[in-house]
Amino acid sequence: MLTKRIIACLDVRGGRVVKGVQFVDIVDAGDPAELAHRHAAAGADEIVLLDITATHEGRGTLLDTVRRAAAKLFVPFTVGGGIRTAEDAAAVFNAGADKVSINSSAIARPELIGKIGASFGAQAVIVAIDARRGAKGVEDAEVYVSGGRKPTGLRVVEWAREAESRGAGEILLTSMDTDGMRDGFDCELTAAVSEAVQIPVIASGGAGSAAHFVDVFGRGKADAALAASIFHFGVTSSRDLKAQLAQAGVSVRLPC
Amino acid sequence: MIAVIDYKAGNLTSVVKALSFLDARDVAVTQSPDVVRGADKIVLPGVGHFQSTQLLEDLGLTEAVRESVAKGTWFLGICVGLQWLFEGSTEAPGTPGLGAFAGMCEHFPVTYDGADLKSPHVGWNSLEQIRPDSRLLRGVADGSFVYFTHSWRAPVVQETAAVTNYGGAFTAALERENVMGVQFHPEKSADVGLRVLRNFVEL
Repeated sequence: MLTKRIIACLDVRGGRVVKGVQFVDIVDAGDPAELAHRHAAAGADEIVLLDITATHEGRGTLLDTVRRAAAKLFVPFTVGGGIRTAEDAAAVFNAGADKVSINSSAIARPELIGKIGASFGAQAVIVAIDARRGAKGVEDAEVYVSGGRKPTGLRVVEWAREAESRGAGEILLTSMDTDGMRDGFDCELTAAVSEAVQIPVIASGGAGSAAHFVDVFGRGKADAALAASIFHFGVTSSRDLKAQLAQAGVSVRLPC
Repeated sequence: MIAVIDYKAGNLTSVVKALSFLDARDVAVTQSPDVVRGADKIVLPGVGHFQSTQLLEDLGLTEAVRESVAKGTWFLGICVGLQWLFEGSTEAPGTPGLGAFAGMCEHFPVTYDGADLKSPHVGWNSLEQIRPDSRLLRGVADGSFVYFTHSWRAPVVQETAAVTNYGGAFTAALERENVMGVQFHPEKSADVGLRVLRNFVEL
């Protein structure tokens, strides 16, 4: 049976893992390569590394980090942040990433999705969507870019559909309303996107307990869920989390 | 020497990295039919569209692989590399496969058992009905999880070495003497995947 994936996310700034609360308030949490290996050993099904500053000067540092992390990582490894062109994506793939996550650049140039897919396969392109609910809630939830600073006027569900039609392999949906609050995922928004597309949807933002994951895999219809701060400070490992999920009837990769 | 065939279908970095991690000596990434003919083992990775395998024919690699497997060279196809071992795929009807196994690869059904079925099939799923005589899957237990990402799948045939269930059973691994293939990505399947690759390297 196809299992629900637990994805450990490393937000990286200047070569260090950090984790913000609602996109600000940054706390240092360690070396990305070391943490990637630690998460994989602790049972994470996948690792995502997001370069949240993604400055032009920082590219060399990022590629070095990707190379070090990928060297001994034998689970799927996604890298995102600052990928603006097919050449940027190629550099990240060559450093050892299996998938790239693109966000602002996919909105600025939607053809980038298909362009990267043409060289590396559709499965290698994740379109990340930062979303915030509107006045009507989920219905008019809006897509934000530039690390959540800029509204785009795009509706979340519509953009997810377009990303799929342009060849995205997966959608990584982050709720800015719930991100970093450890109070649960936005299950309604996740379900709305998951029902609108055929490709897998990764839910992100708000993980605080195993019950939140049970909820987003059930009510939220997510195929995978991403968590960052819940792991970094030793709250729980993927393995512990999955054992709790299995008890609640969620199909997960165990033993791992 | 292990020849890893590069036919511009996705990223070879991960496969090569995993082989190096397993101390496989002398791994050559190649597009040359002569290098393939001289190899002790051949790995055909590949993700993406079945159409991309057309390049194998265009570069003379199909013929080189056909000759090599006929004389007993070990062969491992991964993902599209496994699908290519069949007669073809409905993904690219004009591009024939090697035809080492009977049948065509087909898209996952849109619905199964009365419910919608999402595709691609992405994530960790289990290997079932592992053939006890499989050399590739030696030491891998029934129910072990491996990582998949694909929308087309190969039928279950007599040479199937393990099946996986998603919208019905499909071939997750197959093996006939020196010719082997896996639909999953062993280079991305943690310890189970490394075990499969190690089995191949040690043949």
